Amino acid sequence: MEGLARWMKKNLFSTPLNSAVSLVLIGVLFQALGPLFDWLFLKATWEGTAQTCRHGEGACLVFIKEKFIFILFGFYPREHLWRPILSIILFVSMSFYSRKPERWTRRTLWRWLKLCLLIVFLMKGGFFGFEEVSIDKWGGLPLTLMLSFIGLVFSYPIGILLALGRTGHLPFVKAISVGYIELIRGVPMISLLFMASVMFPLFLPEGIVLPKLLRAQTAIIMFMSAYMAEVVRGGLSAVGKGQYEAADALGLNYWQKMLKIILPQALKIVIPPTVNTAIGMFKDTSLVVIIALSDLLMTTKTSLKDPKWLGFSVEAYLFVSLIYFIFCFSMSRYSRQLEEEFHYGGRL
Amino acid sequence: MSDQQNQPIIECVDMNKWFDEFHVLKDINLKIKEGEKIVICGPSGSGKSTLIRCLNRLESHQNGTIKVDGITLNDNLKNLQNVRKEVGMVFQHFNLFPHLSILENLTLAPQWVKKQPKEEAEAFAMKLLERVAIADQAHKYPGQLSGGQQQRVAIARSLCMQPKIMLFDEPTSALDPEMVKEVLDVMVDLAKEGMTMLCVTHEMGFAKQVADRVIFMDDGQIVEEAEPETFFSNPRHPRSQEFLAQILH
Repeated sequence: MEGLARWMKKNLFSTPLNSAVSLVLIGVLFQALGPLFDWLFLKATWEGTAQTCRHGEGACLVFIKEKFIFILFGFYPREHLWRPILSIILFVSMSFYSRKPERWTRRTLWRWLKLCLLIVFLMKGGFFGFEEVSIDKWGGLPLTLMLSFIGLVFSYPIGILLALGRTGHLPFVKAISVGYIELIRGVPMISLLFMASVMFPLFLPEGIVLPKLLRAQTAIIMFMSAYMAEVVRGGLSAVGKGQYEAADALGLNYWQKMLKIILPQALKIVIPPTVNTAIGMFKDTSLVVIIALSDLLMTTKTSLKDPKWLGFSVEAYLFVSLIYFIFCFSMSRYSRQLEEEFHYGGRL
Repeated sequence: MSDQQNQPIIECVDMNKWFDEFHVLKDINLKIKEGEKIVICGPSGSGKSTLIRCLNRLESHQNGTIKVDGITLNDNLKNLQNVRKEVGMVFQHFNLFPHLSILENLTLAPQWVKKQPKEEAEAFAMKLLERVAIADQAHKYPGQLSGGQQQRVAIARSLCMQPKIMLFDEPTSALDPEMVKEVLDVMVDLAKEGMTMLCVTHEMGFAKQVADRVIFMDDGQIVEEAEPETFFSNPRHPRSQEFLAQILH
């Protein structure tokens, strides 16, 4: 308590001007947050039905309780809910386990591969007495996580290759990379998703039907790759010319130079923009609503259409924002941690 | 045998280089025998760095020929890799790899380019680090070392590839004055062991001590070539005289 007082004196009330600014801001905060707090907690309706909610003045938390499972898991059959829940738990635990760079080994990579297979198996079923759940029924949080995770896993290496192609000396590869990046960056993601859902099937040989989910996933990977490429390119040009020359002078060939010397430094430099792009993409996956995939945002919208529960959109969107926020904030914190882990004593 | 020894290890014939319109190197003719120590000096912008950077093709020349250890430098990548295995280079700003430890800086190229086993590369690297007196820092990162130490590591890193020729591009000009000597000492030792060395430097003491020949460049040309005693006491060309007058005062 005394520490808090000292901190406040030092940081908030050190000079008369500082005190005045602090007081004004605290006042504004109370003005703004007070009613929100009232609405969300004190006056909120915790029990009852839609009717009780409509009579109450505060937030309708009953609605969230009622729709919680639907928003998180969409149309996934209720009796098999443990499967997506277990999948998410496994996924989050494995992500948490892999957070330390010293654990980025081949073994961890194998574990991830096995985990991905296990998750697909859990979600889809159809073997060993597990009832099959069709892909159209997947929805909510698992779908959002899957679209962004797979999107990231594929687009990061593709982005690196595109960036290398763009900065390299092979004219043909360079032209293709530049063309690809500029073309994809030049169109909105929505149009790419539309193309993926409407036009891909036209290009594919007859008889092969890719599930809509896969088509959307492809579009997301294509889109994300172009952005990642530009982020990585920034890193490549931020690494000093001397590093390239030293590697050349030692006789390293192009791939050795890039893999051992340039990329480790470049990718480290661009950790913040990389995570920034990843967070952006995590939220952008919600655009798949336009091709009627029931991701987290779509399940939220659908739950709002329930005739019994019309008119609680503020609660619904706040709830789904909270879920998005938890994941985005974790990514952002993780980015800070990574930067510190890769900080090698001093700078040249 | 004797025939081979008379063959120059580096030979430039009528070599020219342009940066776009700018003619940096003009009709360079240069022969260097194995074991020779050459100091290249001259005013800034005279093309001396560019000259030695052409010798391991960090810069490409436009006409004339360069032969290093019998290999002609051209667009052939195979030739280029072979030449770079023979030629070590030390840079003004050290250019150590900041994300690798000192030891890893040294063992990287032997392991990847020469395919040496890790233990062998590390043993040899440690020997070299002892020689430049930094063995106790082997597991630190470059950013934790002083400039002089970093430059000694950079020299050791080049030596790890067991080159026949060492190029030094102003190795002491980015150092604090009190660190110049420790780097020069390493270079003097290297010279005594018979390494072929080309050194762009303004350290005239070093030149007097080890150089077999001093090459003075101005405006992209080799203006004067002489033994150090002759060059410093009795420069023939007016531009050499002017240059020496400036740096010796």
